[in-house]
Amino acid sequence: MADASIIPAGITGMFDLLSPVAPGWGANLLRGLVRSLQIAFGAFGMGLIIGTFGSYAKLYGGPIARDLAAIYTTLVRAIPELVMIILLYYAGTDLINRILEGMGYQRVDISGLVAGIVVLGFVQGAYATEVLRGAIKAIPQGEIEAARAYGMSPVLMMRRITLPAMLPHALPGLANLWLISTKDTALLAVVGFSELTLETRQAAGTTKAYMTFYLAAGALYLFVTLFSSVILESVEKRARRGMPSVKEAR
Amino acid sequence: MTANVAVAADPLQPGAAEQAEAIHIENLHKRFGALEVLKGVSMSAKDGDVVAMIGGSGSGKSTFLRCINFLENPTSGVIRINGEDVKMVSDGHGGQVPANRRQIERIRSRLGMVFQNFNLWQHMTLIQNVIEVPVHVLGMKRDEAMAIGEQLLERVGLSAKRDVYPAYMSGGQQQRGAIARALAIQPRVMLFDEPTSALDPELVGEVLKVIADLAKEGRTMLLVTHEMKFAREVASHVMYLHNGIVEEEGPPEQLFGSPKSERLKQFIRTVS
Repeated sequence: MADASIIPAGITGMFDLLSPVAPGWGANLLRGLVRSLQIAFGAFGMGLIIGTFGSYAKLYGGPIARDLAAIYTTLVRAIPELVMIILLYYAGTDLINRILEGMGYQRVDISGLVAGIVVLGFVQGAYATEVLRGAIKAIPQGEIEAARAYGMSPVLMMRRITLPAMLPHALPGLANLWLISTKDTALLAVVGFSELTLETRQAAGTTKAYMTFYLAAGALYLFVTLFSSVILESVEKRARRGMPSVKEAR
Repeated sequence: MTANVAVAADPLQPGAAEQAEAIHIENLHKRFGALEVLKGVSMSAKDGDVVAMIGGSGSGKSTFLRCINFLENPTSGVIRINGEDVKMVSDGHGGQVPANRRQIERIRSRLGMVFQNFNLWQHMTLIQNVIEVPVHVLGMKRDEAMAIGEQLLERVGLSAKRDVYPAYMSGGQQQRGAIARALAIQPRVMLFDEPTSALDPELVGEVLKVIADLAKEGRTMLLVTHEMKFAREVASHVMYLHNGIVEEEGPPEQLFGSPKSERLKQFIRTVS
């Protein structure tokens, strides 16, 4: 540690600092990146599940389901994410422990990873609800009607018709949500979860090489985004397989 | 009737069921809010019958067809499909809804509906559209469904479009594909809801020809149409609807040859 802080400057020093082996902080950053990605994946996935139910509730649900979904999306989208995260992280874990104690169980230590996924997933779900609701509304309703007319059960229709048919309309919005999800993980730094941003702050604070580490972190976030774009593009291409190119219709 | 001979020859409709009642509807009412679209319509179709429903726009003929497979819930009336009474319960707002979703799904999977706007599933190729219901609703083996599907595509002249997505097909091709999709479920009755109304004039003929062939081989059909000449040629029974009631009905020669009601006379004059 000590000799790492002696060489704060110089190009060789920079690579030494970022080296993944012992005196360098590269391993810490990569560990933070992996944690960030785990959270982003989990939160995005949870957001998709909540979003699917939320959009179905809003479009097809009874009055109670519709109202609940409306309250959820309105509140979550109204409150700043940072506030939401602090609130859910501390209040949420406290609430669970109180319930457990009330039922006569021991307090549990909720893992930062699980808490992070749940908190961010809850936020993502509200946005995903709206993205998916719009996408389902964009399906030509005749296709849904045909599915009903041929005796599909609601679950089968969702799996075979509604979800695949709405996917091309949802993907641009979902791609946004995924990228937001990768970056929102940085907000978890405020509750002490050592994801990429917090790891970077610790490395930078210890070595005083702020520029080096924050640039490195920025490059890692950028790399995630670029890699995601490639994947998302091919997913969208596949989802739009039955649709003529937009350019042709111009 | 020549149709009966063809019925016996059709492997999908065994001779034992010949002349059994496929659809029986009594005193059907349908109300949308204050608007009563159907004011007590009754009909019955035996196996091999081709019933054509004609009438002006707003006469209720499409709504009637959509009530038969419960795309619309009738407000009141008796619906019996394949000899099975559909059980309805009150929805608490003066209407009624099917009591048993599974019964409706079962009935629907035996009625081959063909829509005005084709409504093929855009994210599936043509053959995938055709085998979708046999495989996923009726539980047929995929290979078997494929074999039947390919035969059907050949029959509607679309073998070459097997792996094409609907968006890349003409309206006439899509509608013939939609007919193949309906036939793939081996339906007891085919329901056609203005199958040529959304087509360019030059594409109407190819679709009508497919439907006429089906009629000739004795397939039971209910056809809502604006094509009077066609209705006269293929139908065994014609119903003229006006303002939600059956104004006149009978064999096509009688209905078109010597219409009794003044309205029908006028209607025939304006559309032909």
